[in-house]
Amino acid sequence: VVRWIDRESIFAQAEVEFDGLRRVCHMACVPEADEGDYVIVHAGIAISRIDAEAAQSVFETLAKLNDDDGWVTAPPTGPPAKADQAAPKRECARANDRIV
Amino acid sequence: MKYLDEYRDPVAARRLLTEIRRQATRPWTLMEVCGGQTHSLLRHGIEAELEDTIELIHGPGCPVCVTPLEAVDLAQQLALRGDVTLASFGDMLRVPGSRRTLLDVQAEGGRVRAVYSPLDALAWARHHPYEQVVFFAVGFETTAPATALAVKKAAHDAVENFSLLVAHVRVLPAMEAIVRSPENRVQGFLAAGHVCTIMGYETYEPFVEEFGLPVVVTGFEPLDLLEGILACVRQLEGGQKNVENQYVRSVRREGNTAARDLVQEIYQVCDRPWRGLGVIPQGGLALRPAWRRFDARQRFAVEPLPIVESAVCRSAEVLAGRLKPPQCESFGTRCTPDAPLGAPMVSSEGACAAYFRYRSLPVA
Repeated sequence: VVRWIDRESIFAQAEVEFDGLRRVCHMACVPEADEGDYVIVHAGIAISRIDAEAAQSVFETLAKLNDDDGWVTAPPTGPPAKADQAAPKRECARANDRIV
Repeated sequence: MKYLDEYRDPVAARRLLTEIRRQATRPWTLMEVCGGQTHSLLRHGIEAELEDTIELIHGPGCPVCVTPLEAVDLAQQLALRGDVTLASFGDMLRVPGSRRTLLDVQAEGGRVRAVYSPLDALAWARHHPYEQVVFFAVGFETTAPATALAVKKAAHDAVENFSLLVAHVRVLPAMEAIVRSPENRVQGFLAAGHVCTIMGYETYEPFVEEFGLPVVVTGFEPLDLLEGILACVRQLEGGQKNVENQYVRSVRREGNTAARDLVQEIYQVCDRPWRGLGVIPQGGLALRPAWRRFDARQRFAVEPLPIVESAVCRSAEVLAGRLKPPQCESFGTRCTPDAPLGAPMVSSEGACAAYFRYRSLPVA
């Protein structure tokens, strides 16, 4: 959310930026959003404010996998396979297993 | 981009993939409900990576695909009247009706406009008071707040030349229809993240209790989908049947109460035919009596023409999860995104289009 245009009316509006593109969106369903917050916009109206704290939950799941199983978090070594050199699918899956 | 890139991390995705393979002792059959999830699963190669571990059945959650033929034909008839401008999301313009598409109608001189939002259609109506502007209101509970807001604003601003051709559908009755079907093979659901953003997941609690299947509310990025699948597999392996929320950054248990109240104010539940699935009891939304003056069906007395379903398109089976797109004889030959026979090959959320675009690519 870049800036509120009208926060009071039942047809509240704000300017929202989408990866560089700005557009006026209706905010009637997300009145709690503040400037700087991230919102999900669908068909011209904001439907949700992204909860920054909750957004970390998937990484907590991953961290738990690490704790439980002693997984290695380091990225794969060596150059990534290019699409045109990709091995047949099942071999590719096995390669992924090794990486993990 | 924030909240997108970090959910596409390939290293994290591989860790989740391996954990899913490790947990799954049986080839569980899961259904991702939303067409956006289907595209993401295909685009990022997740479906192919897991095809020997679990089966993913693609659900009927593509709004364009399930819009009934009757409504598509009616939209075309309205656009050809001469006094009506038919405004629609762009995806709907290429969906075949009984005889042609809205784009064909436009080429024949019909008045058709693609818009991004129903509120843009309302703005067009305000600036063109001598045109009747009808917005083709398709979509699930995610889209209904936007069309409800447009109706409310039209009433507030006294824009009398604006109306809706309502074809909204509701997800939960369709999930119930799938589970009740004698052919059902689905053992767990990945529920649609953005429908749940509006409706919450408390609405799934009675569903889980009645049918005894796990439901995991899931987002759309690769890590979201993998975490959702992992949660569903863990529940199945542990013999649990719960509603679980993976998409916590957007979905609250009660949903978005302001949006729910808005939809409740303007719409009431009705039975609705779904393309491919037949009439689903309580499967749609219709304008409440107080708002029926904005109903295009009432404003323009249009006699519906007889419906003609394609004889070769098997999208009904695809939408019901009984057929994978490549199993259709027309897939990729007579039916392509440039020349679609059915809606699932048109839409950015359709399963056929997803397979056509992504499934032939090597898995990176």
